[in-house]
Amino acid sequence: MTLDWPFLLPLIFAGLMGLSILIYVVLDGFDLGIGILFALAEDEEKDVMIAAIGPFWDANETWLVLAVGLLLVAFPAAHGVILTALYIPVFVLLVGLILRGVAFDFRAKVPAGGKHRWNMAFLVGSVVASLAQGYMLGVYVLGLDTGLPAMAFGALVALCLAASYAAMGAAWLIYKTEGALQKNAVLWLRSALVFTALGMAAVSLATPFASPRIFDKWFVLPDMIWLSPLPVLSAILFLWLWRQTFALPRENDRHALTPFLTLSGIFALGFAGLAWSFYPFVVPDRLTIWEAASAPESLAIILAGTAVVLPIIIVYSFYAYRVFSGKATDLTYD
Amino acid sequence: MDPLLLSRIQFGANISFHILFPTITIALGWVLLFFKWRYNATGDTAWMRAYFTWVKVFALSFAMGVVSGVTMSFQFGTNWPGYMETVGNIAGPLLAYEVLTAFFLEAAFLGIMLFGFRRVSNRVHTLATLLVAGGTTLSAFWILALNSWMQTPAGFEMRDGVAHATDWWAIVFNPSFPYRLAHMLLASGLTVSFLIAGTSALRLLAGDRSESMWKALRTGIFTAAVLIPVQIFAGDQHGLNTLEHQPQKVAAMEANWQTRGNVPLVLFAIPDEAARENRFEIAIPNGASLILGHSPGAVVPGLDDYAGNHPPVFPVFWAFRIMVGTGLAMLALSWTAAWFLWRRQTLPKPVALALVPMALSGWVATLAGWYTTEIGRQPWLVTGILKTVDAVGPVAGSHVAFTLTVYLILYAVLLVAYLGVLVHLALKAARDGDTSPLPSVLDRPMAQPVQTER
Repeated sequence: MTLDWPFLLPLIFAGLMGLSILIYVVLDGFDLGIGILFALAEDEEKDVMIAAIGPFWDANETWLVLAVGLLLVAFPAAHGVILTALYIPVFVLLVGLILRGVAFDFRAKVPAGGKHRWNMAFLVGSVVASLAQGYMLGVYVLGLDTGLPAMAFGALVALCLAASYAAMGAAWLIYKTEGALQKNAVLWLRSALVFTALGMAAVSLATPFASPRIFDKWFVLPDMIWLSPLPVLSAILFLWLWRQTFALPRENDRHALTPFLTLSGIFALGFAGLAWSFYPFVVPDRLTIWEAASAPESLAIILAGTAVVLPIIIVYSFYAYRVFSGKATDLTYD
Repeated sequence: MDPLLLSRIQFGANISFHILFPTITIALGWVLLFFKWRYNATGDTAWMRAYFTWVKVFALSFAMGVVSGVTMSFQFGTNWPGYMETVGNIAGPLLAYEVLTAFFLEAAFLGIMLFGFRRVSNRVHTLATLLVAGGTTLSAFWILALNSWMQTPAGFEMRDGVAHATDWWAIVFNPSFPYRLAHMLLASGLTVSFLIAGTSALRLLAGDRSESMWKALRTGIFTAAVLIPVQIFAGDQHGLNTLEHQPQKVAAMEANWQTRGNVPLVLFAIPDEAARENRFEIAIPNGASLILGHSPGAVVPGLDDYAGNHPPVFPVFWAFRIMVGTGLAMLALSWTAAWFLWRRQTLPKPVALALVPMALSGWVATLAGWYTTEIGRQPWLVTGILKTVDAVGPVAGSHVAFTLTVYLILYAVLLVAYLGVLVHLALKAARDGDTSPLPSVLDRPMAQPVQTER
């Protein structure tokens, strides 16, 4: 293998796609999570919870469009294989996303009597979308297998991913709210963390045992030594965050953002592990990123645009988050 | 059940539902910027009230557009994998540029535009409105570039059955693109003008005489009255462009079965595909030859030149007539209303009553126009390169039937809810009139305290 463009471009795009998925999972993770936590919240708390995500969710969901878009444009062959194999789960995900996306706006605009219905749609949509994403991850990890064990594993990952989104949502609430709701969020975070840890452990163990190829990538010296920080660091962060939940909220609201950042770190570590397992395949054990990639000249023209635009997107996304920093207040159109 | 037909209905239903909302947000962004600009220039708070009323509609329409758009980006893969496998090298970059340059811009600044009025300076808020409006329009630019390329492909070569780009300028500015872009942007402008005029007329009928209502009503009607003749001209030019590049589509639009001179303009007919003739035809002699060829004897291509390779005639013929008919109704009503507003400064009740249902005339015309051009592209998905039948995926018909059913129910419920909210917001604004509380602008960054106008 030489370092020429036909070799590098698919690699770069695999990296960009991975980055978009990770950013999506972290960002939409917290707003999906807040939707899941609607199940536990009181009616008056719901307005504050929505206010904590209102200005952000559109942009958060855009990262999913970018991730699917990159899969679509950079790896068209894989796009077809993955999405036709996951036809029904993708459909369930979309119905969930549609429901929650519009419920957001409808709940604030319908006559007062109809609000609770859209609150329910927001809860159901968020839960369904999270479960569908987890299920797809589980089935993908097992190489798009459709047998009963794969479905059972998909269901397990679905529950755990939903729990980890709930943890993200709770961590975001700790940052954006105060008082009783913030205290509740700490309790929600603690419960959700248990399932998050369970889910990550399940995926980490199942992946190598489902595929001998992946097993050989992890359990062989000296790679094992280089890779050991991934699981060890994740475990340390989990334990540390677990202990933090007994001390939060702190005086003057110090470290309010810490749980969210810690969880993002854990997500990034887990994601890095998955990426290492699957590289160089984009469809596990079937299509490598080079076999599935578009023509180099088409990738080059996208890359040129991406290199200019992506930094700008990241800068103005930070700006948007800064404008709405601080505790969430009533969300009004003014 | 036939997965091809079901997949087509599903994609058609999805894109029909989707296009309703971008059609609103593309032009409404600019209308909001206009309201904001008038407020900045005059300090008249009625402009800001109009802004706040319509920014809610914008937010809701944007959300509907986002969720249905996400659905579409997935359906390329779930139902039409052959599409990206064949033309992914062309379609990919165009879609990627849409997401990167337009979608992110809209989504990121939408938050500031909707909820940031008190958090950023007035200037930054105006800038956010401008960026969102620009983003929606840029989005339309890329999507229509791709759609036009599918109608009139250019700037590529086929290697081993896969399209490869050779000239990006020719791909983006393909023969039908400038016409389609102009036609669609004007359609968006008209849809929003009639939506604003219609809901404002509803407020007028409900007894609202507030300044913000009059301002919105005048904006809607005068914009419509100016845009509709421009649109009729642009549509005619687009038709001539189609005649040059996709003659079989025009033949279907006119239900002209034979290539000949002195072709009549068919006003009414039931095209009979089996017998290849029109039943119950009412026509103006030489009309089509005059319009398309500018002389009574001009030869107009007919469907007999494209036997087995032309679109179904009935839906294309009728969709085109619905679009043109709606356009003529828009012309009549907007000029009548504009005359009364100009001369009498008010609207007679019958005109206001007629405006209310016409609030949705833009949707009708836009959908009918898209059906004309998209069904008119059949049997090709990408003209001359890929047939629709060759792009469909391996998913079982029963699965598609199931998802299609759920989508249809969901879309119907959401459409009813959306229209319900529009009416509710209009009536609420009518009740509040000029007494709704209005926060004053604090012209400095990160302004915190809230002051209400007394």
